Amino acid sequence: MAANVLVWCVWVVAAFACLSSALAVVSFRNPFFSALALIGNLASLAVLYLLLAGEFVAAAQVLVYGGAVMVMFLFVIAYLGDKTLQAPWAGGPSWQAIGTVLAAGAILVEVIVAIGLTTSGELTHSHPVPRTFGSPANIGRLFLTNHLLAFEVTSIVLLVAAVGGVVLGHHARATEDALGGEA
Amino acid sequence: MHGPDISWYIALAVALFAIGSLGVLLRRSPLIILLSVEIMLNGANLALIAFARRLGHADGQVFALAVMAIAASEVVVGLGLIVAMSRRNLELDVDKFRTLRG
Repeated sequence: MAANVLVWCVWVVAAFACLSSALAVVSFRNPFFSALALIGNLASLAVLYLLLAGEFVAAAQVLVYGGAVMVMFLFVIAYLGDKTLQAPWAGGPSWQAIGTVLAAGAILVEVIVAIGLTTSGELTHSHPVPRTFGSPANIGRLFLTNHLLAFEVTSIVLLVAAVGGVVLGHHARATEDALGGEA
Repeated sequence: MHGPDISWYIALAVALFAIGSLGVLLRRSPLIILLSVEIMLNGANLALIAFARRLGHADGQVFALAVMAIAASEVVVGLGLIVAMSRRNLELDVDKFRTLRG
């Protein structure tokens, strides 16, 4: 029972962080801080994947998304150089902001409790899974047996995207040189 | 395993997808639109992994990993387009891109 309550607490915290950071991504004016908020979103989603017995997916989420993709995003945003580099929380949080966050959290908890009291027990994790569910060995075996075609097609898609990125960058540099030559 | 039912994860995934689509529809900066698309993809991933746990098949997790790879390639192409736009000194506002209008 205690473990159950602990799982619930972790779920509520992760879900709240997930939703609030997603709203922050959509609502921040400066893309730099939106990207930083998206890192929080991805991290809290990794916690949820862990609760769903997806260890390898959670690790891949942190490494691929939180690492590689977000570094690329932040690099491009820094390269573009937004001039309005004013943090959304500059000048300290206002009482309205704190109250909004607290009220949103309270409403979320209340909605969760209300739904849980009415629908509990209808959809449970009825299927017990083995300990190796979601482990790298299991996922890798599935990738190389049942989903071999998807695995290979994904690698081709990644290759095409890499070539496309290089072509786009080269084309942009060529036009820049042409414009510079005219000036 | 005890804890939240699968429906809670699905509700969270729906909320994430809705927030992401709001960002795609409302914001005008292409960078924030790309970030919102990432949120939508993550909502779909959460639903896939939740159903994988519910049904006891790891196939959903395999699909989620494939979605991650697709998202990475989408980011590469999208960011390449944005950098190409900024090098042509175009304003980064999707409402002002009218070259492709028929």
